[in-house]
Order: sequence, then C-alpha cells, then structure tokens
Amino acid sequence: MFTPYRSPSLVQATLAEIRQATSQPWVIMEICGGQTHAILRYGMEQLLPPETELVHGPGCPVCVTSLDLIEKALAIASDPQVIFTSYGDMLRVPGVDRDLFSVRAAGGDIRVVYSPLDALRIAQQNPHKQVVFFAIGFETTAPANAMSVLQAKALGLKNYSALVSHVCVPPALSAILNSPANRVQGFLLAGHVCAVMGYHQYPSLAEQYRVPMVVTGFEPLDIARGILETVKLLESGRVEVRNAYERVVTFEGNHAAQEAIARVFEPCDRKWRGIGAIPLSGWKLRPEFQAYDAESRFQVGSIQPEESPLCIAGQILQGLKKPPQCPAFGRACTPEHPLGATMVSSEGACAAYYHYPAS
Amino acid sequence: MTHDSTSNLPGAACPLPLAHTDRIVMGHGSGGKMSHDLIARLFIPAFDNPILRAGDDAGVFAASKGTARYALTTDCHVVTPLFFPGGDIGRLAVCGTVNDLAVMGATPRYLTAGFILEEGLETAVLEQVVRSMQAAAAEAGIQIVAGDTKVVQKGSADGLFITTSGLGTIPEGIHISGNNARPGDVVILSGPVGDHGIAVLAARGEIEMETDVQSDVAPLNRLVAALLAAAAPEIHVLRDPTRGGLATTLNEIARQSQVCIHLNEASIPVRPAVAAVCEMLGFDPLYVANEGKLVAIVAPGQAEAVLSAMHQAPYGAEAVIIGEITAAPNGRVLMKTAIGGTRIVDMLAGEMLPRIC
Repeated sequence: MFTPYRSPSLVQATLAEIRQATSQPWVIMEICGGQTHAILRYGMEQLLPPETELVHGPGCPVCVTSLDLIEKALAIASDPQVIFTSYGDMLRVPGVDRDLFSVRAAGGDIRVVYSPLDALRIAQQNPHKQVVFFAIGFETTAPANAMSVLQAKALGLKNYSALVSHVCVPPALSAILNSPANRVQGFLLAGHVCAVMGYHQYPSLAEQYRVPMVVTGFEPLDIARGILETVKLLESGRVEVRNAYERVVTFEGNHAAQEAIARVFEPCDRKWRGIGAIPLSGWKLRPEFQAYDAESRFQVGSIQPEESPLCIAGQILQGLKKPPQCPAFGRACTPEHPLGATMVSSEGACAAYYHYPAS
Repeated sequence: MTHDSTSNLPGAACPLPLAHTDRIVMGHGSGGKMSHDLIARLFIPAFDNPILRAGDDAGVFAASKGTARYALTTDCHVVTPLFFPGGDIGRLAVCGTVNDLAVMGATPRYLTAGFILEEGLETAVLEQVVRSMQAAAAEAGIQIVAGDTKVVQKGSADGLFITTSGLGTIPEGIHISGNNARPGDVVILSGPVGDHGIAVLAARGEIEMETDVQSDVAPLNRLVAALLAAAAPEIHVLRDPTRGGLATTLNEIARQSQVCIHLNEASIPVRPAVAAVCEMLGFDPLYVANEGKLVAIVAPGQAEAVLSAMHQAPYGAEAVIIGEITAAPNGRVLMKTAIGGTRIVDMLAGEMLPRIC
C-alpha cells in the first residue's frame, strides 16, 4: 500500500526530529497490540534514539481474555448443538489443556468469522443450531458486537448469543499507573479505540497521574509522530493529552457507536489474563439483553479455573518485562507451541517479538 | 499431550503448551513449521534414505550409477472451492507436480493421477476438472500415463481430491538443489506474491470482499527451461513458493544452504489488490500461497542474463531482484523494511489466522 504514512523519507524525517528532541531517557508505552505489531514489523525500535524505550502494553484483546472465558468458550464449542464462531486469533489461545483447534479436531463446529454480523448470518442459515459468537475486544469491536445483539433482537433470532469478554482501556491504564513498579512515563493511546470513544476520558487520567498521552495511529509515520509528540511533552514537562491521529480521531468520538454500546452493554469487573481482576474494566450485556448472553444460556458460569500466579505474560502486558526476558521465549514458547497468550495472537507482544526480532 | 521441556525452565509458568502431538489439526497442513515438525518427527525417521534426506521438492536419483538422473515427486491437492478465479483443482494438480519437477532442473515427462471422489459429486464437475487437467498437461508438454479412482461416502471428502505424481529427466550438467545457495548470489523472484492465496480466499465467499485477484496457478517448466538455457551452471537454487508463501520457502533454502538471505522489502512486488486484502485481514503477503511463482538464486555475474531470459519467457515478465545471499547469520532470512529498519522474516508457524482488528 503506497500511502504517505509509510513514506521512508517522511518517517526518517520524523525520526530525526525525535532524536533532536530527546535529551534524556524516556519510557513510553504503546497501548495497542496493533501498534506493537507495526513497530516490530517495520523495525522501528532500532531507528529510535537509544534513550527512547518502548514498552508494549496490554492492548491485545486476544492476550488479555481471561482463562475462565477461554474455558467457557471451549465448553460451549464442544456442545454438538452449537456452531461456535470466533475471530481467527482466538482459536490458538490455550485454555487449561486444550484450545479451540483441539475442539474442532475432535468434531466441534468452530468457524472463523470476520465480524459478528457473519455470525448472525450463520444463525439465520442454521435455525436448528445454536450459534455463539465469541465477543472479545476493546472498545473498538464493541459497536459491531452491540449491533449484532440489537439485530438479533430485531430479527427475533432465538438461536444467537454472544460470549461477551469486552475490556476497556482507561481502567487498564489506571491499573498500570497505580502499580508501585510502574516505569511508564508517557502513553501512546490506541487510535482505533479513540476513534470510537474519543479521548475525552483521558485528560483527567493524565492529570491525576502526571503523565502525558498522545492519541496515535498504526502506520509507521503515525507511530513516529505519536512518539515525537510524547517526547516533546516529556522534555518540556507538560502534562497534556494530544491527538496525533487527527485524520481519524476526534475529541468526542463516534456518537452513534457510543450509543449502540450504551444501549447494549454496562460496565462490569473483568479479569485480565496474566494481570488479574480490574474493577469496572469491562462491559457485559445489560439485563434486558440477558437472553443473548451465552454464559447464562449454556450455564457455564461456574467454570472458574485457576491461573498460574507465576506467568510472566502479566508482567509483559504491564510493561514490566520484555518478552526476551522470559526464559521460555523462543525456546519452549513459540507461536506454534504457545505457552502464554501473548505468544498466541499476532498482536501479542511475544508473538510480535518472535516474528520481528531486531537483527 | 507433550509438555516439552517447560518444567525445566525456571520462571516459566505460562499456561500449558499445546504441542498438538496427539491429534492432527489444520496447522499441520499449513506448509509452515507445524508441517515441517510432522515431517521431521514422523516421516523422515520412518522412510529415511539419502534421496529423501536431501529435502528438495522432488527426489533425485539415477537408475544405475553413471546413467541419466530422474526427478520423482508427488503432491496431494485439496482446495475449496474446486473452481476459483484463474484456475481450478485440475490445473493446480498438474501444475503443482510439474513445478516440483521443474525446480530440480528436470524436464517433466510423465504424470500419474489419483482421484478420490465424494459420493454425489456431479459428473459435469469432474468432466470440467479433467478437461482443465488435459489443457494444463498440454501447456506443460507432459503426458498423464496412469491413474486411479476411488469413491468415498458422502461426507468423507470435500467433493474431489486429486493426487498427482510426476517423473522428469535431469539434463547432463544440471545440479540444482536447495543446498546450493552461496554468499554473493542474487535472489530473483518471477513476479508478485500472494495472488493464489487471496484469489482462493475471496472465492470462498466467507468474507464480504470483492476483488478481481486471479490465482497465478501455472506450469513453470518453460520458464525454468529458458533460464537454464541462459545460464545453467550458474543457477544454484530454484523453488516455487507455494503454501507458507515466499517467507517459508526462503527460510527452507537459508537452512538447507546454511546461508543468510537478505531481502529488500521495497523490491518485493505485491499487487495493490492483494496488499489491500492483506491489510484488511491482517495477513502478511510474504506468507500467502502462490502456485505459479519461481524463486531463482543465481551467481551474481549471471543475474542480469537470467533476469532478461525470464522477462522473455512465459510467466516471467514481472521478474525482479529481491535480495542477496550472505554468509551470516546462517539459516536466517533478514529484510530491510520499507522505512529502513531490519527485521527477521521467519517461517509461517501454523495456520494463517486473520487478526482481530
């Protein structure tokens, strides 16, 4: 794709500006897994000044989906009456001792879809089957997932439900900043999340924790601009929220999308894989949409497996460790034999490091 | 379930590994690492012999010492849908085997074909596939000399599976193998990558996506003959990057030859329509399947001669230089990215999965 946002000369010029603006070491976290992927895919870390340390945040929805939700998904997908639909990435995430690939190999009807509306269509085409969509994701995927529930209701579909695992960025930021071990001094905010929600939620967070934040996109030039703005704010000691992804993001965000979310979902406590429970960090279906809640329809609420307390994935997702610091990285833990969720998704920090290590 | 050596690693207490050693999953057929692991763990030890161990696309042998050498290969074809823009399972079955012979420098001579038919398959469909095989065989200049047909119960196959085996003869003085890449050599690619994988994906109709991408499925033996005629002794490696894409094929060569392959991302051709679909789904075109592309690794002095011979030959008009071979780090493929960074390009791991956003 030949967009100016990948122009070598424009990216190089912005990188030179970053070098010029940098006088001391700074630790900056990019929130979103899509940004981590692009940073490593384009080899951007090697092109930054040595003082700029990027840490990779918890913004991969596949990686942070909790073990109990994975186990619930595996239980539902094993039901012979069910067609289980999911984004492709989720098939490889290990539960306690199997993944969705294993369930499919054992006869489960598991289909990769690209949108919940595909799942809705499958439900219409298979009236005698229960069709379940694994509704994971941050604020970005929530509007489409909300629409699928609204449409199912409008169509009177009785055989569609969603296994909801939504997570939200601002509570995760608070959790990271509240950690006594926190090293992060500035944030690149997730452009797609802000496209939906705007960035009006962030100035109070920035003020409270005294950290600058910059709304950042996903192309190399977007990321370089996000880093440049963050470094400038850090160097000048200003605490602000800036928007370096103006072509997509507005302060208020997308009202129609926010309304759909608010109609269908309400805040709830949520467990994050590797991190633990974060209060009010997720969304669940409102009581009036309980009929579309797969967790209650299939009575899997009691599945609550224990997660290993030692997994390093949580420290990686919080930016406390880098993937190569894990003793298993690249040896026992590889994308085809993932030990942790951060190795599973192509947006996961470990997978990104594995595929695109610096040479 | 195998838990590998994880328990010996201090501090590693991630969720348990899923080695998928107890049951076959789709990733074992991806052409990437899981396929390689299965071959290395099961097939190579069981069938071990020097011809197999060479690890090339076809086994190369002489009937007796000092006589003419032959290349022998086999390929199974399963594709949904059976017909897709630019080709069908019949053309694929002929071209796949012809190409595996051609990349050993062999002149493809004879093919055999095995058909596994699902009960209920329309005979008109089978006729159309057979006519397509006939046309592809004529284009490649080979004969299909034996075959077999089996029918399985409805539900036991997906319409039609085809297996083809091929025999070719290797002219005197031609020694091409994945082991032969040398530092200084130049890497040439015959045209844009990812067309076949994206054409088939779009033809499945599972995603709402309109694209005019055509599969590149084609017999490459005339292209290979043209470049052998131009510079035979200086052509070290030929490969057709199929499943697992260009990235996986180049990794195989880097490991076999114990060299490093340096790519220049900006010079690797990808059609805009293929790039657009890959962007949308989070695929990397370097891992998407091709069925009519050739990678040639040649001595630097002959690169221009090979390139111009390819430009004149069928299916070679868009050939370009995409990189070069160095000694270290051996077994690796490195790429200078579009913005000037460097990264490692690894093999495809398991099944290629679309990313969530």
